[in-house]
Amino acid sequence: MEFFTISLLNGLSYGLMLFMLSSGLTLIFSMMGVLNFAHASFYMLGAYFAFALSQSVGYWPALLIAPLAVGLVGAAFEQLCLRRVHKWGHVPELLITFGLSYLVLEVVQLIWGRNVVPYGLPDQLQGPLFTLYGTQFPKSRAFVMLVAVLMLGAIWLVLQRTRIGLVIQAALTHPDTVQALGHNVPRVFMLVFGGGAALAALAGVVAGNTYVTEPAMAYAVGSIIFVVVVVGGMGSLAGAFLASILIGVVQTFAVAIDVSLADLLGAAGLKVASGNPMEQALRLTVAQVAPMLPYLFMVLILIFRPRGLMGTRED
Amino acid sequence: MIEGLSGPMGNVGTNQFKSWQYVAAHLNARENPAGVKFEIVPMDSKSSPQEAINLLKAAVDQGIHYVAQGNGSNVALPLADAVAKSNERNPGKEVIYMNYAAVDPASTNEKCNYWHFRFDADTSMKMAALTNFMKGQGEIHNVYLVNQNYSHGHQVAKYFKEGIERNRPDVKIVGEDYVALGQVKDFAPYVAKMRAAGADTLVTGSWGQDFTLLVKAMNDAGLNIPIYAYYAGVSGTPTALAQGKIAEVYQIAYNHSNYPGRMGELMKGFKAQYNDDFYTFSVYNALVALSDAMAKTKSTDPVKVAAALEGLRFDGFNGEAQMRATDHQLQLGMWISKWQKVDAKNSYSVENTGYTFAPVKYLEPYIASTPTSCQMKRPGK
Repeated sequence: MEFFTISLLNGLSYGLMLFMLSSGLTLIFSMMGVLNFAHASFYMLGAYFAFALSQSVGYWPALLIAPLAVGLVGAAFEQLCLRRVHKWGHVPELLITFGLSYLVLEVVQLIWGRNVVPYGLPDQLQGPLFTLYGTQFPKSRAFVMLVAVLMLGAIWLVLQRTRIGLVIQAALTHPDTVQALGHNVPRVFMLVFGGGAALAALAGVVAGNTYVTEPAMAYAVGSIIFVVVVVGGMGSLAGAFLASILIGVVQTFAVAIDVSLADLLGAAGLKVASGNPMEQALRLTVAQVAPMLPYLFMVLILIFRPRGLMGTRED
Repeated sequence: MIEGLSGPMGNVGTNQFKSWQYVAAHLNARENPAGVKFEIVPMDSKSSPQEAINLLKAAVDQGIHYVAQGNGSNVALPLADAVAKSNERNPGKEVIYMNYAAVDPASTNEKCNYWHFRFDADTSMKMAALTNFMKGQGEIHNVYLVNQNYSHGHQVAKYFKEGIERNRPDVKIVGEDYVALGQVKDFAPYVAKMRAAGADTLVTGSWGQDFTLLVKAMNDAGLNIPIYAYYAGVSGTPTALAQGKIAEVYQIAYNHSNYPGRMGELMKGFKAQYNDDFYTFSVYNALVALSDAMAKTKSTDPVKVAAALEGLRFDGFNGEAQMRATDHQLQLGMWISKWQKVDAKNSYSVENTGYTFAPVKYLEPYIASTPTSCQMKRPGK
């Protein structure tokens, strides 16, 4: 029971973390149809900006300024580069974001070096929040969860309850009509791209010290956030949320299961001989393949429900 | 030097390239009796075995006779094989392969090779030394093993079990996990598992992010059990360690960070020049041994030098070390060191963190020595 509770908490916090990472990506995709390969780079930039800022102005201002600054970088990129290649279709858009991810990596290495930077949490966030059955639940994780939930609420409010949200939604399906009504659609796109980048940066600010701030951090999360977006349904925010939580919890619990196929066969009365060519594969435990499960999940989703859990696009 | 100088492990390779350069430039007359000038040519293998073998060909074409590589036994084994084949096919262009960090025991056992010389201690030696040290650590009862899921991680677990069976048969192994290399972002579930299993000690051969994230997750969960690690001192890890408040981290390695005398001098000089830590001491032994062998034969011809390296005794950083002739595995002592705040006695601040690896115990070469199954095939015999 105690193991179950702790694992559930761990799974939830990891899932919410994934959601923070992928919400911006899915937002940009749903609005602009651009698959942003540089998304994880914005996440990294957020962490590095916050590290640099927290040394001069402290952690709390950095929490606000770093995402804004990265949002500006994102908006500028949209205005100066992405918009220009837009007319040539999706492949050039994809390639230019791919290029950006390399550029960001090199710039980060140039400025902050290849090593880990000592990006620490302020004292208020250090230490355990509560102790459950002898295991501490750290404040930092609770903080990640809190920020993620607030973020979800804020995005929902902006999209559903504000005028700009209405314009964004309308521009998604009927850009020409919205333009004709006197709204500046390119500026809306710029806002969305900048906003998506800022969300990734926010994830970087809060996760950069829970995990490790180093140049490889973007690469490390790059693949998993695409899995979240695909599983959730391309462009569906609610889907991304569901998929993040699902992946977080499933992966966490899978680690606890030390059962392999060979054990199952053994229980059914079949012994795996030690010379069997499949022995190595059969002896893999669920715990060992846990990090692979999200990818397996993605493949299954693509086969059986290509539009994802909550996706609406059929194309 | 053929090494991954870019990519995820690029920072380690770059640090080691600087180590080779620095040590080569600063050997004194006693350490370099041959008086040769070592020039280090960096070649970026991007940590890929295929790439490394191509670079070996390039090195042979350029007339290079000594190749160094260390990071990753997945590269070391095919590279050693390629060196042997190349030497057979290109008489007069022989190459000696100096392995300074790849620790798969296979390199000096079933896959041993005349042209390969290992200057690091292999996993079986490190585990022999570590479990020997554990004889005196009465508080160890329930050990948990977390390792990366590839040959190195499995060997750490295997040799640890063998060693502990011999030295501390009362110790129980309460759990064992293998994590996919560099894939896991959240180690909290593994920590929950360790706690549920009632572990009081963690043994891990993991390096890089897989090690630092594990330590962070343990800190977060308040699981402050002693950790025995291989690679706590590799680039980046000390910075991450210093952010946490983990109770006890022990490192098993051939060195620690507070050497007096000559090695301390080199570390300080290295830091002054590059603002980085010099931790790959095997580089020093490799160069000293090489120069000794060259002085003995009065030649830089790799065929003669290889013969002289066999069984060579020389003055290494841990005192006398010997290159065992039967399998070309350097026999050297091991250090257990402990991660702690710098103090008057142990003043070297690792990665400028204010922490250091302070020596706890030195284990003589004979303790770490393990038998070999190598049947060396020597050229011309």
